[in-house]
Amino acid sequence: MAHTEAEVLSGLAEIVNEETGLATDAVEANKSFTDDLDIDSISMMTIVVNAEKKFGVKIPDDDVKDLVTVQDAVDYIVKAQQA
Amino acid sequence: MPTLQTTSTDAFSRITGIGGYRAEHSVPNEDLVGPIDSSDEWIRQRTGIITRNRAGADVGVLDMCEEAATEAIANAGLKPSDIGGVIIATVTFPYATPSAASALTARLGTGPVPAWDISAACAGYCYGIAQADALVRSGTMDNILVIGVEKLSDFIDPTDRSISFILGDGAGAVIVSTSDTPGIGTSVWGSKGENWETIRMTNSFLELRNDPPGPFPTLRQDGPSVFRWAVWDMAEVAQQALDAAGVTAADLAAFIPHQANMRIIDELAKQLKIPDTVKIGRDIADNGNTSAASIPLATERLLRENPELHGGLALQIGFGAGLVYGAQVVILP
Repeated sequence: MAHTEAEVLSGLAEIVNEETGLATDAVEANKSFTDDLDIDSISMMTIVVNAEKKFGVKIPDDDVKDLVTVQDAVDYIVKAQQA
Repeated sequence: MPTLQTTSTDAFSRITGIGGYRAEHSVPNEDLVGPIDSSDEWIRQRTGIITRNRAGADVGVLDMCEEAATEAIANAGLKPSDIGGVIIATVTFPYATPSAASALTARLGTGPVPAWDISAACAGYCYGIAQADALVRSGTMDNILVIGVEKLSDFIDPTDRSISFILGDGAGAVIVSTSDTPGIGTSVWGSKGENWETIRMTNSFLELRNDPPGPFPTLRQDGPSVFRWAVWDMAEVAQQALDAAGVTAADLAAFIPHQANMRIIDELAKQLKIPDTVKIGRDIADNGNTSAASIPLATERLLRENPELHGGLALQIGFGAGLVYGAQVVILP
């Protein structure tokens, strides 16, 4: 079953927390993974792989660079669930 | 028509000796951060590397091979004349032909044995072990010298932020010999050619010739893509190698992955659920990524620092440019 936007945001926050130790409430939709959350490209790839597993979607390497903000990732996953 | 004669044997193979050459110049992060506008902390955080060893201009691939090979042959209790074949895994011998292996036979005095190079980048050593294992078990050769060697410092760009700063030089050598009992598990090896450009040279030597003065070809990689492949795809390959050998992670004495990046090593170990009791090769911290040389050098160090590992089981896995990979479980010499 497809996850709602709120569920994806919440699930993503848990994944970020597990990878980086950041509090889940710090993972807000408008935050930039790199500039605001200080997540490097390697941690980002770990987050992407764990998001793929959690939400049952595919996020190709070439698309990862377009996921600048948390909202970008949420939108991508919500759309990918419908594909 | 007569039946052709061929070799056939019930023999097994085993690694019986090991040797290494570590390049003489220790290069700390501070020496490399200027041209890439970086910092010691940035490199440590992303790679786990503190220093890497690099060879001087007067030390070539063959020099490093000779030192590592001489040590491995002696460690196996053999003489150069006992060696039945020489396999060198390298991507940095600066001649397309003749091979480094052929030249090495003359330096070592092995006699006129089969000698050849293989190009499988960071998987080269595991490819060499797979070949040597098959050749020994087929009865073709008794003692095979397998070397992983690189002088990567000849193919780096100091301004490159993708890979150059992690690379080092060195050589690791082993002897694969006949054995009454299995000492090398079934190899799991392969390629992923659709990702040929994920780790690559900037340009070919033909392009350099046709469009002088350069740039001279140097290495590049798509780091995040390599990380994803190296962890999650290679965890599956490593598990297949365990399954093929009929063992589990709990049976291992050591886990010795290619020394690509400490974060890859840590994440691979996590994905494979390597128990805390298993020693993990972490030579990269002060030796850098030496491509084909990294697994035998990490093995040599683990054995030197942990003598109790002799005779234990080790899972080794190499992966790199190609993309190519190889893994097997071996009994440590």
